[in-house]
Amino acid sequence: MEHYAALLSFGEGGWGKSIASGVLITVSLALATLPFGLLAGFFVALGKQSKEPSLRLAANIYTTIFRGLPELLTLFLVYFGAQIGLQKAIAMLGINATVEINSYAAGMLALGVVFSSYASEVFLSAFRAIPVGQYEAGYAIGLSNWLTMRKIVLPQLIRIALPGLANLWMVLLKDTSLISVIGLSDILRQTGVAARVTKEAFLFFGTACLLYLILAIISSFFITRIENWAYQSQNMGKERA
Amino acid sequence: MPTGRTTAEAMLPPPALPRPWTAKRVAGYVIVAIWLAFFTGLAIYLYDAWRIDLFETYGPRYWSGLKTTLALVSISVLLGAVVSIPVAAGRMSKNRIFRGLAYAYVYFFRGTPLLAQTFLIYYGFGSFRPFLQEWGLWVFFRDAWNCAIFAFTLNTAAYQAEILRGAIKSVPIGQWEGAAALGLSKLVIFWKIIMPQALIVALRPYGNEIILLLKSSALVAIITVYDLMGETRRAYARTFDFQTYLWAAVIYLVIVEMLRNVWDRIERRLTRHLIR
Repeated sequence: MEHYAALLSFGEGGWGKSIASGVLITVSLALATLPFGLLAGFFVALGKQSKEPSLRLAANIYTTIFRGLPELLTLFLVYFGAQIGLQKAIAMLGINATVEINSYAAGMLALGVVFSSYASEVFLSAFRAIPVGQYEAGYAIGLSNWLTMRKIVLPQLIRIALPGLANLWMVLLKDTSLISVIGLSDILRQTGVAARVTKEAFLFFGTACLLYLILAIISSFFITRIENWAYQSQNMGKERA
Repeated sequence: MPTGRTTAEAMLPPPALPRPWTAKRVAGYVIVAIWLAFFTGLAIYLYDAWRIDLFETYGPRYWSGLKTTLALVSISVLLGAVVSIPVAAGRMSKNRIFRGLAYAYVYFFRGTPLLAQTFLIYYGFGSFRPFLQEWGLWVFFRDAWNCAIFAFTLNTAAYQAEILRGAIKSVPIGQWEGAAALGLSKLVIFWKIIMPQALIVALRPYGNEIILLLKSSALVAIITVYDLMGETRRAYARTFDFQTYLWAAVIYLVIVEMLRNVWDRIERRLTRHLIR
């Protein structure tokens, strides 16, 4: 038992420090992907519920591709594809150089694209849950398109989409484990290195699983708080009534 | 004819509404054009990069990889369905211990990445080698393919248990009571009245789960199982030709789309009595 504790400690001969840095990478990657994924997902959803058929078609192609490809393959396509593409582009300019894509950026892009295509479905069903009368009422009191969206539709949209988005956040958190394959030192890679060196694979991969579980528990704590915030106006109404 | 209109007049469709070139429409056309250019470029690239010797070498390998992927997914989905039944029963049990155990199982397998679970089983179980050898289980866990099946089965069982539980819970309690009032036994009620209604609710989530598992199955390439992704990685490592990945992407997309359409059809067929 002491042997295991020493292996996981932060001191000399312990792997605590490197695993902690892995946790930091995992969390920061997931957090960095989130805003980009949410924003892209929102715009794709806008395209999907547009009256213009060409916009709908373009948005549907996007989600069909990125929901149909395995996440690992998307990651490789982005990582190697961007590398080769940039190299060719540079070669066209007459410079012969090897390009290396930052694996962090590649992971962010790949995960963000996958996240956004799933998020667009969540946003789309939330859009459909908002009655058309809400828009009409907004226009009737003289609000512009943008103001109706911001003041009337968005607050309701967030409330409806929140459970779905929370689910996607959990999926994103788990999907970050894939970037260990392209060499980013996240939780799984750091524990994998420790496992190989110390030959205590079960201990370290078990630790990795536990860390992901802890991250999930922390996330659900924050998600509950966000939900309370999103519903606060309704709760206040209930208390008054 | 009370209105006195001729049939020809009545048949005339109303004139189409004018469709002005709004900013939205322009944006839509531009994005579709970008997609078109992208696909054309892709097709040209794949056509130019086509080499018969590559196809002859790697075509059969991709085919065997595809078969491995499909076998892996179908075996683990079926085994997972079997495992999910006791787990779902535990989740709904009145016994607190069973409920807690089933909850912990589901929480663990849904809360951790499948890749970490696969590593835990494939590499981690090696830590217990003497113990496993004693029980004669080492032969099983030594093999990457067995470990992949084991991990995928346990993982999908957790998801399927939740699907099953949700579906059974979605059947109103009045169905149980009504059947009990008719004097049917619990087992008959469950199989003949609750299950048929629950499975219809579960149909769509099951389809999604199969697709998710098919996509996740690419992970086994990392623990040296040569499925479609594994063959692709091997081919790329030997040729450094990017088209290897593109072909894999095309194959995966086609399979997922086929599966989705087939499942849609099955669903439409099975729920045709519900469509009014």
